[in-house]
Amino acid sequence: MTATVTRDPAAPPATPRRRVVVSGPARAAIGFASGALLLFALAPSALSDFRLSLLAKYLCLAMVAVGIGLAWGRGGLLTLGQGVFFGLGGYAMAMHMKLADAGPGELPDFMALYGQLDALPWWWRPFASPWFALPATVLLPMLVAFLLGSLVFRRRVRGAYFAILSQALAAALVIFLIGQQGTTGGTNGLTDFQGFFGYDLDDPVNQRMVYFIVAGGLLLLLALARQLMHSRYGELLVAVRDGEERVRFLGHNPATVKLVAYVVAAGMAGLAGALFVPAVGIINPALIGVVPSIEFVVGVAVGGRAVLLGPVLGAVAVAWARTSLSEEFPAAWTYLQGLLFVLVVAFLPGGLASLPALARRLRRTPRQEVGT
Amino acid sequence: MTGLEIRGLRVSFDGFVAVDGVDLTVAPGDIRFLIGPNGAGKTTLVDAVTGLVKATGSVRFGDHELLGRPVHRIARLGVGRTFQTSSVFEGLTVLQNLDIAAGAGRGAWTMARRRRTVPVAVSEALETIGLAGRQDALAGTLAHGHKQWLEIGMLLVQNVDLLLLDEPVAGMSHEERDATGALLAAISAARTVVVIEHDMDFMRSFARTVTVLHAGRVLSEGTVAQVQADPRVQEVYLGTGGVA
Repeated sequence: MTATVTRDPAAPPATPRRRVVVSGPARAAIGFASGALLLFALAPSALSDFRLSLLAKYLCLAMVAVGIGLAWGRGGLLTLGQGVFFGLGGYAMAMHMKLADAGPGELPDFMALYGQLDALPWWWRPFASPWFALPATVLLPMLVAFLLGSLVFRRRVRGAYFAILSQALAAALVIFLIGQQGTTGGTNGLTDFQGFFGYDLDDPVNQRMVYFIVAGGLLLLLALARQLMHSRYGELLVAVRDGEERVRFLGHNPATVKLVAYVVAAGMAGLAGALFVPAVGIINPALIGVVPSIEFVVGVAVGGRAVLLGPVLGAVAVAWARTSLSEEFPAAWTYLQGLLFVLVVAFLPGGLASLPALARRLRRTPRQEVGT
Repeated sequence: MTGLEIRGLRVSFDGFVAVDGVDLTVAPGDIRFLIGPNGAGKTTLVDAVTGLVKATGSVRFGDHELLGRPVHRIARLGVGRTFQTSSVFEGLTVLQNLDIAAGAGRGAWTMARRRRTVPVAVSEALETIGLAGRQDALAGTLAHGHKQWLEIGMLLVQNVDLLLLDEPVAGMSHEERDATGALLAAISAARTVVVIEHDMDFMRSFARTVTVLHAGRVLSEGTVAQVQADPRVQEVYLGTGGVA
């Protein structure tokens, strides 16, 4: 039953699947406790520093996936532009770290290198303060999502049109960043960070600390997503996904319902981007554009978009497969990923997370062997 | 209780006039049947009243003019409707369906939390529509007739004053039809009901008043007996207009 999924051994566990009679909250508590155990005790002791920092990266991508699971899996909003919010969070954090590295009154190293600027651009200045930069990593993406969402959902843009629009936003942000090389680092992005709030990022102990922060962040987002999914709002969100017009006739405004999911998902992606920067040490346009935005969605689809842990498992599994396969077959990965997406959409719409239920069903009806 | 007053209602789609100057007054507590051949404009009329299609003229519900308001605002004023095809949320349970219907105007704090108890209105509606034992069943697994009742239950918990039902008994067995009719009679004690129906037996048994629409206009109006005696109605239903 558990051998159905090939995934990173350090991936968080699925909720207990055995048919033991435990209440919902108790199950959740067990799930979160075993997740915490795995992430905070097992993974750090079992993995090398290198593997652990890779895992930190995967978990950041998984945080984006949790948001997509909410917006797409529960709300039906196929958002192909989560890279934008991931990027906004990432750049906000990176700008702060660059300024902190440079010291008060100094230009970040890359600006000094290009030599086009005498003074810090005005929009960089607030990011010198952690009191601005840290909240901004989450609030800025939420603000952008709010503005776009209010416009789009009220005008009843949906389905493929919404997907294309959200993707266009990702393309636009990338074009902007590359065009503004002098102030954004262009294609190179922002990298070469020395410190993270006074801690030396080269020190493995501090890298480990960053991993713990990422793991904690992921558990936090999972708890938030779970609360939302089980709330009345979560029920209404599913209703909007399945019958938007009907919801309208019951006196609800679907635009508002969708907006909340979209904004929350954006905030999650922003936090993920912010933690990605210290964990991986770089943020650049190639990490936030159209292709990575699609990859986020592929991971969620593979894992199973409509259940809590599906997106996390999928994101980690796909990112892990990408790392291991693209080392050996760099050219083939993109095709493989596309193939994976097609296979899942065509044959396993519920994603990997639906395999246990599928296996149970197969076992209950004629006693046959279980696939995969 | 609130009645409905429609004056000069006109709906056109790209030059095709689906509703052509309809005047219609439904008294509070009435059970009004809208009948007429296919294409008479019955459903379009309901669409216009509920804000789904643009219309000119006037639709007054109590003190409110409905035309020009968005769908969810009209719903919050107390106008509820069902559709020809059942449109319950199939992936949600009966209870969840009803709870969502009861939930317009809930605050953010209530929405962010889990439903701990069954709201009183919801449990009453469960009794009324006879689905009390099935509250945790997925709506998609209900039989067709039960889905239609769930729809009516959703309007009850939505606490609407005016129910607009589009072919509520289509596809139902005789027993289910009678039960639905009794349900409508009970509902009309405190609410106004408008029913679009093709089933003439059902209409004869449960209508209090009838309006016959034909080609976007009101052809005849009155009690069941009056309408049946109207030669123009007979012509539309039995003569050449029967197919139109």
